[in-house]
Amino acid sequence: MLKPDMIVNPSELKSTIKNLKDKESFTLLLDITAIDYLKFPVKQPTRFALVYILRDASFKKSVTIKTYVDDATLSVPSLTDIYFAADWAERETFDQYGIKFEGHPNLKRVLNHHQFEGHPLRKDYNITDRQICTETEGLMDEMPKLLTSKGYTQQEQDDMMYLNIGPSHPASHGTIRNFLALEGETIKACVTEIGYLHRGFEKSCETHTYSQIIPYTDRLNYCSAILNNIGYCKTIEEMLDIQITDRAQFIRVIIGELSRIIDHIVCNAANMVDLGGLTNFWFIFSARDKAYDLLSKLTGARLTNSYTRVGGLEYDLYDGFAQDLEDVLKAVEQGTVDALSLVEHNRIFHDRTQDVGVITKEFAISAGITGVNLRAAGVNYDIRKTNPYYHYDSFDFDVVLGSHGDVYDRIMCKFEEMRQSIRIIRQAMKNLPDGEVNVYAPDVLLPAKKDVYGNIEGLMNQFKLTFEGIKVPQGEYYSATEAGNGELGFYVVSDGSGTPYKVKCRPPCFYALGAYSKIVEGGMIADAVVTMASMNFIAGEFDR
Amino acid sequence: MGLGVESVFGDSVVTTKLDTAVNWARSYSMWPMVFGTACCGIEFMSVAAAKYDLSRFGAEVVRFSPRQADLMIVAGTISFKQAPVLKKIYDQMCEPKWVISMGACACSGGFYDNYTTVQGIDEIIPVDEYIAGCPPRPEAVLDAIMRIQKKSEDESIIKERAKNFKGYLDA
Repeated sequence: MLKPDMIVNPSELKSTIKNLKDKESFTLLLDITAIDYLKFPVKQPTRFALVYILRDASFKKSVTIKTYVDDATLSVPSLTDIYFAADWAERETFDQYGIKFEGHPNLKRVLNHHQFEGHPLRKDYNITDRQICTETEGLMDEMPKLLTSKGYTQQEQDDMMYLNIGPSHPASHGTIRNFLALEGETIKACVTEIGYLHRGFEKSCETHTYSQIIPYTDRLNYCSAILNNIGYCKTIEEMLDIQITDRAQFIRVIIGELSRIIDHIVCNAANMVDLGGLTNFWFIFSARDKAYDLLSKLTGARLTNSYTRVGGLEYDLYDGFAQDLEDVLKAVEQGTVDALSLVEHNRIFHDRTQDVGVITKEFAISAGITGVNLRAAGVNYDIRKTNPYYHYDSFDFDVVLGSHGDVYDRIMCKFEEMRQSIRIIRQAMKNLPDGEVNVYAPDVLLPAKKDVYGNIEGLMNQFKLTFEGIKVPQGEYYSATEAGNGELGFYVVSDGSGTPYKVKCRPPCFYALGAYSKIVEGGMIADAVVTMASMNFIAGEFDR
Repeated sequence: MGLGVESVFGDSVVTTKLDTAVNWARSYSMWPMVFGTACCGIEFMSVAAAKYDLSRFGAEVVRFSPRQADLMIVAGTISFKQAPVLKKIYDQMCEPKWVISMGACACSGGFYDNYTTVQGIDEIIPVDEYIAGCPPRPEAVLDAIMRIQKKSEDESIIKERAKNFKGYLDA
């Protein structure tokens, strides 16, 4: 049975995790979530359990720690003094499940509206119970507290200018609200509020079959939808103990890396628009449009592809794919060269990006930042290298590292990662094996149409899989892939039926955004804008 | 320079109805306020970019200030938390104004039938054109813009638009 790695008592939770951090160097808190066992078929000691997912300093090992929360108090000690990342993670768990974290400095809702009543991810909360909100959040409960903690007197606070950027602002690239306290143009304090695009992904997962969830994962990070498909399907396949075919693995690598390229294109193009350079946008976006033509030919959709299936892929590659792909890659290379030729040696670009929005290594790790944002700070962590999947260890590519962790590093790392992805794609296309793209597994994959219409077994199989879904063995499991923004993890709890009991997505930019306010404090407003663009916040991902 | 008509008309006076002249000008100079929240917002970027080139329709001046815009394109999911913000921005736009609801989420909540998603923005603000798709292709957005152009040509400037609408956020 799939189980968490450790089960501890709530009273020993904090000391256990502190020990893990200090003695066994589990320095990265990946995620915190809760499980409501109210309707679980197997009786559990208490109604709620908390799950903590940690990763060690070598980034090779991860550990899941579970603790059963006392039904009477519904509270556990907070970890905010051990990990910075625990701040928002605990707030989210409180918001969604109503579990209290003692000692948390600011335990309030993060995804749902402050007028919202109840806790939506509890099993006794009906999914369609909508609540109309009429007020906007003032955030004046957080700001004076923050400013006082920074040593500003009441008089100084009164003299400051308070400014909202967002939730609907062109510079916020999505629906993020930042509430700033300004002295001139310098940001003295920043409070970030999210939840404006909270679409109830996790609750929706609990009412859909495993295959029906794939389109929902598309809409997490809609700039690289296929990478989310892959992350989710890989988790379910590992739970089912299915090894997909070599051809499917290679195609997933090719299309996944292409999605990574598109993701980085959007981020860098938008970033340079924020810096005032619209020409770069035209240069690299034309390559992206070519890539979308290829994806719509292959998958039938431009943006939200839903290309993978549990056990394989929806379609095999079409005839002439290799040539189309090569054209796209050439266009990307040309676009990159053209765009870089405008900024690479541009004094204004350097002044605007270098030493701006610096993220230090230590802070990045403590805040749970992963992906390019972490690598730009000089930390060598890429799941494709540390825990290779889909033959990534057989491809020749480099992990791109920055040195300073500023905006410049992040932009340049993304450009270089695009080149590395092109390298991977070319190698994979060269060695692409023949064979099936789907495994033979009648209890997982839909039968061929000729069987559905031709014989009763095929027809019944189609019905069973459509209505009941794929039966995943009971238990819980965490798996992660390297998505466009970093470690995209799925923590899935199965009760043995065709619908997941719970799906928790570990969105990489939720944690990056949690750290954002600390990164921009002390800088200028204009710098905050480019810092935000360079960190690639995708609203669908952090809000889910 | 010119459209060639000057060779026929010279510098003579051309008479027309005020409605026709104003509507003609309006329909070819839409200034969209893009309320892009999610995936559809990314597709709107493609609409504005080189290949689909929104400026062929005179609608490339994308404003993020409601005071400067006359066409609101709601591109993306609207959650209950976002709804008052959307309403406020719509209210701040000056008359005449048109609204395009882009994509399944904005039209009907899409496949997000749950506790957080507004089941269609027409519960909050009046909508002139709906675009199907999740997200729609850029061509579909261009089609909607052409439909709005057609609509704006047929209207009278003295009549107020959508005055009988009442959403649930209207007091």
